[in-house]
Amino acid sequence: MKIKGLLVTLLALVLLAGCAKDSKDAPIKIGVPGAQSGDLASYGIPTVRAVEIYAELWNKKGGVLGRQIQVLAEDESCKPELATNVAAKLVGEKVDGIIGHICSGTTKAAMGIYRDAKIVAITPSATSNDLTDSGEYPNFFRAIAKDSFQAVTAAKLVSSLGFKQVAILHDKGDYGKSFATAVKDILEKEGNVKVTLFDGITVGAVDYSAILNKVGGAGAEAVVFGGYHPEASKLVTQMKKSNMDIAFISDDGVKDDTFIQVAKEFAEGVYATGPQDTSSSTMAQEAIKLHEEKYGEKPGAFFLNACAAIESLLKAIEIAGTTDYDAVRKALQSNKFDTTLGKIGFSQTGDPIGVEFTPFQVVNGKYVEVKY
Amino acid sequence: MDVGYFLKLLLSGLTRGSIYALIALGYTMVYGIIKLINFAHGELYMLGAFTGLIVASLMSYSGINPVLSLIVATIIAIIYSSAYGVAIEKIAYKPLRKSQRLSALISAIGVSMFLQNFVLLFQTSDFLSFPNLIPTFKFLKPVENYLSSAQVLIYICTALFLIGFTILVKFTKTGKAMRATSQDSKMAQLLGISINKVISFTFLIGSAAAAIGGVLISSQVGQINFYIGFIVGIKAFVAAVLGGIGSLAGAVLGSFVLGLVESFGTGYISSNYEDLFAFVVLIVILTFKPAGLLGKSEKQKV
Repeated sequence: MKIKGLLVTLLALVLLAGCAKDSKDAPIKIGVPGAQSGDLASYGIPTVRAVEIYAELWNKKGGVLGRQIQVLAEDESCKPELATNVAAKLVGEKVDGIIGHICSGTTKAAMGIYRDAKIVAITPSATSNDLTDSGEYPNFFRAIAKDSFQAVTAAKLVSSLGFKQVAILHDKGDYGKSFATAVKDILEKEGNVKVTLFDGITVGAVDYSAILNKVGGAGAEAVVFGGYHPEASKLVTQMKKSNMDIAFISDDGVKDDTFIQVAKEFAEGVYATGPQDTSSSTMAQEAIKLHEEKYGEKPGAFFLNACAAIESLLKAIEIAGTTDYDAVRKALQSNKFDTTLGKIGFSQTGDPIGVEFTPFQVVNGKYVEVKY
Repeated sequence: MDVGYFLKLLLSGLTRGSIYALIALGYTMVYGIIKLINFAHGELYMLGAFTGLIVASLMSYSGINPVLSLIVATIIAIIYSSAYGVAIEKIAYKPLRKSQRLSALISAIGVSMFLQNFVLLFQTSDFLSFPNLIPTFKFLKPVENYLSSAQVLIYICTALFLIGFTILVKFTKTGKAMRATSQDSKMAQLLGISINKVISFTFLIGSAAAAIGGVLISSQVGQINFYIGFIVGIKAFVAAVLGGIGSLAGAVLGSFVLGLVESFGTGYISSNYEDLFAFVVLIVILTFKPAGLLGKSEKQKV
């Protein structure tokens, strides 16, 4: 009996010592959940690489608060049902912060789990308005402008180009429709530009001449389209082929080089809004160089956003002096961070301050920023 | 209302209709002979488009003029798609000819998925730009705002296919063999008709039609990817059923009805419900004419 009691005490002592050691020297764990395989892997892998590059950089300098950074990448293939599993796993691993998820749907699915476990998450790419507008996720931040900001930019472009009547089309999907509706609401509120047509088109149809005739019949001077590049290039091609010479303005789903490759000469003159190009800043250049050295290729989508997210999170932990949830949250909201996206901060709702959308136009087969 | 607007919608509807008809003719042809809905038909269209793109790109690199490359691309696409069509029949349908009809249908869906994924893996998942191979006809200059040369070419091909197929089936010896096979394959065999040859031939011309459709339609639309066959295939299938599957004129009529309903629905109501209009018309017509517009209801002997 006595021996057993002694053993228990010893064991307890060892465990206690272990705990004490844990909180001081144990690594700071950063979870990176996202699409790392499947169709959308190209959206998720750059984020993992960004976090790995930054973890290495900080670790070389001695880590954060004297603790090393450990990266835990988890794949959910952009599937909400997998995202909740991954989230539960990361919570079980007791991560100190999350950089992710990548898709809006999976972010929504997982965010409640992190909130209940009191873990701060910064996404590099989920733009759905709901995530911040609903106010449900105080633990959620993003290093990318939300969809409705994009609509503001598009609406501003429409009015500054001097159009009086526009037709707004969308692809009936979540992303395209919410963009189109937001643009319509803004234009109608301002009242300078008349929306003469608002309609959804069928994705994958062989021919859009009927809806384009309708656009022509509605006397529109420009088409605003919410959706992705395959439909946009079909619409633009058909418009130009049937001598409909009116402007085409679209969103980030079209601000993709694939659009220009497919629509070719018909892409010329098309406007699209997209995140501000900050890749020429020194910090961004450095990050891109590190990526090229480590992985031997140019970084992919949302790489700079992910760099900004991890940099802000690590700095916030450093400022807070702890990985405690409330302290880190407060540090994120009350400070400005020098990042690859420029100097950014975070609002009370978790949206970034200083991360903007800007309009682009295809000029000589390339997207060029529109100055106005 | 505005007559010009009405005319434009009418022409859009006819264009859509003739695009559907090019594919629906192949569907209905195969169905007419072996009573199989060849779900892989849309994929043969897609393969035709890809072959056409590859050939046309190669030729435009070597600086050959577009009209010649359109012709060569179409011919090679026909050869390629027909080879696929005949091979599919031999591999996936022939062994199942004596089993239930449902087995062959499932096999057809399997082939369709196989071909989609084959192109996805061995070509690309991206959308590709399809060059505009159809020359601009000068005589269309006065009406170019209404009618493009691609549209005219698609109308002409649809008409030629319909006439050609009808003559083939009604007035030639092969056609007679096809009709015999369709009516009673066992009896036809007893009378010395090689039904294997007849069925292969049917797949051959059905696939050729799909390939021509693939090159022409892609040239008009301007882009292709591995999935285009599925979407067009479904619409063409609906059109064929609407017109009475198995009937050649019915396939064309059904396609035009579908195209016009979609176009006028979009133009006068909302394109939000484009597919809805198409399927409502399908349901209404099938309620009153279960065999489709021009379909003959077969009397089953017990």
